[in-house]
Amino acid sequence: MFDLLGIPPQALFGQLLIGLINGSFYALLSLGLAVIFGLLNIINFAHGALYMIGAFCAWFLLTKLGLGYWWALLISPIAVGAFGIAIERSMLRWLYRLDHLYGLLLTFGLALVLQGLFQNEFGSSGQPYQIPPSLTGAFNLGFMFLPVYRGWVVLASLVLCFGTWFLIERTKLGSYLRAATENPALVQAFGINVPRMITLTYGFGVALAALAGVMAAPIYQVSPLMGADLIIVVFAVVVIGGMGSIMGSILTGFGLGVIEGLTKVFYPEASNTVIFIIMAIVLMIKPAGLFGRAR
Amino acid sequence: MTASIKDAVGLPSRPSALNAQAVAFAIMVLFFLVAPFFIYPVFLMKVLCFALFACAFNLLIGYVGLLSFGHAAFFGMAGYICGHVAKEWGLPPELALAAGTVGGAALGLGVGLIAIRRQGIYFAMITLALAQMVYFFCLQVKFTHGEDGIQGIPRGHLLGLVDLNQMMSMYFVVLIVFLAGFVLIHRAIHSPFGQVLKAIRENEQRAISLGYKVDQYKLIAFVLSTALSGLAGSMETLVFQLAALTNVHWSMSGEVVLMTLVGGLGTVFGPVVGAAVVVAMQQYLANLGSWVLVAQGAVFVVCVLAFRRGLIGELGRALRKAL
Repeated sequence: MFDLLGIPPQALFGQLLIGLINGSFYALLSLGLAVIFGLLNIINFAHGALYMIGAFCAWFLLTKLGLGYWWALLISPIAVGAFGIAIERSMLRWLYRLDHLYGLLLTFGLALVLQGLFQNEFGSSGQPYQIPPSLTGAFNLGFMFLPVYRGWVVLASLVLCFGTWFLIERTKLGSYLRAATENPALVQAFGINVPRMITLTYGFGVALAALAGVMAAPIYQVSPLMGADLIIVVFAVVVIGGMGSIMGSILTGFGLGVIEGLTKVFYPEASNTVIFIIMAIVLMIKPAGLFGRAR
Repeated sequence: MTASIKDAVGLPSRPSALNAQAVAFAIMVLFFLVAPFFIYPVFLMKVLCFALFACAFNLLIGYVGLLSFGHAAFFGMAGYICGHVAKEWGLPPELALAAGTVGGAALGLGVGLIAIRRQGIYFAMITLALAQMVYFFCLQVKFTHGEDGIQGIPRGHLLGLVDLNQMMSMYFVVLIVFLAGFVLIHRAIHSPFGQVLKAIRENEQRAISLGYKVDQYKLIAFVLSTALSGLAGSMETLVFQLAALTNVHWSMSGEVVLMTLVGGLGTVFGPVVGAAVVVAMQQYLANLGSWVLVAQGAVFVVCVLAFRRGLIGELGRALRKAL
């Protein structure tokens, strides 16, 4: 068949798929960060820890209660979302009048606490999580084998991302949300309960992270450290895309995942750092980010 | 209008405040002169290294309003450079320290040029991401020896005269370097240069309209901060004779933020007190493994929610003096 610069197509498409999968998680997490930042003006450093808890939630459900993957997809986001709402009500809401940096510091502290607690219980090693029986196997696409589960992750996160985009950009609820992002005082004056909207938004963003965690559980091992390094990459993704647009977050997330995957094929040494290098270049050329508005 | 970091910061400096600071400085010097005869000197040296690191960090957050979440990169990278120069090249400690400092400054110049293009929350995320890049670099290149780190770094003889293998001579060298760095920072923030930095912190647009080249001031402050962080990291490397990956990891960046926050953002003496508190906390909780993380995280949360001025900030407020 066709060889690209001496790279066998199996390796190329394999890495491309891994890139798409990583990109799915980048997109889901940066989307949550962007939605939360839009309304709360807080960069949620605990996002990676909550993603990790989402995965652990699935693991608990399976090993302690015998509830499988599909139940986890439902229960884990609700449980973690409720936990997020508790965090917002008890802590974050005291910070809205302060410098945005305090929100970063507080959620960083929360991330340390959560990660430390899980590390204390489970050490640094990962717990395996089986792919659900209904999603095992692979499709033969002719040029490569596509494991069903991986195809499912890419598809599901695309649906989730565009669902969120539709919710925010095309529905009435979304229009309230966008209005409150622009001018919360005015929206409140129209009789809309903005504080409750803020709380639910945080819960929603966090639930997205938990959902990503459940989907990641069968691919990566469920480990206390799984969110810590990921969140830094997602920060870079957010800086590259700019937090102004939902679609921007989605495109940047998937795009960077693919670029990272391709780097693994052509120059593996740089695969860890390529996103950071792209971030530096983007900052040089367009400091507000690819889809961002200068504020 | 949202309240900013500066509202948590102490009172502005007046001549009477400078007197209070002179008294506080004398107390601090006296303490560190007497302390090694009562407290384990290695512990004190660790405190001094981190105190200088936190003071350098505080120069940015406290006086320019820039929260760097990647200062571990400069601290740790300088440690590697210092260790490499002392061990592989066999150069004396004064040159190793200088090499580490210059390394920190050079890396700071590169990171600073990129990071100062954004403010606030973005600045924090960018510095964090670039520091993570440095971490991966250190993980992959040969000279850092990966997971092992550079071990058995010789302390050598300072200027060919002072044998740094003697505990007390090492201690007093560390103390002198710390005090020199501390005085330099104090001098910088009370100079016309420092006034411009504070003006940028208070109102950047206005500083620009007054004709100040804000980006240049920010960059100079950033490089000064990273150079001193490099000096602190090099010193820590000489004291423990080890340069390891933990010092470039993001958790180290978090620790220096925590030290400054506990002591008081934008206070002169806060980072020193905060460094002592955090290092002591690590020492006592060292056997408890991950509980250190939990404790540090909890302190973060409590400080942000209820204690934004920090220890020295609250003390200064009680005494109505800027400390």
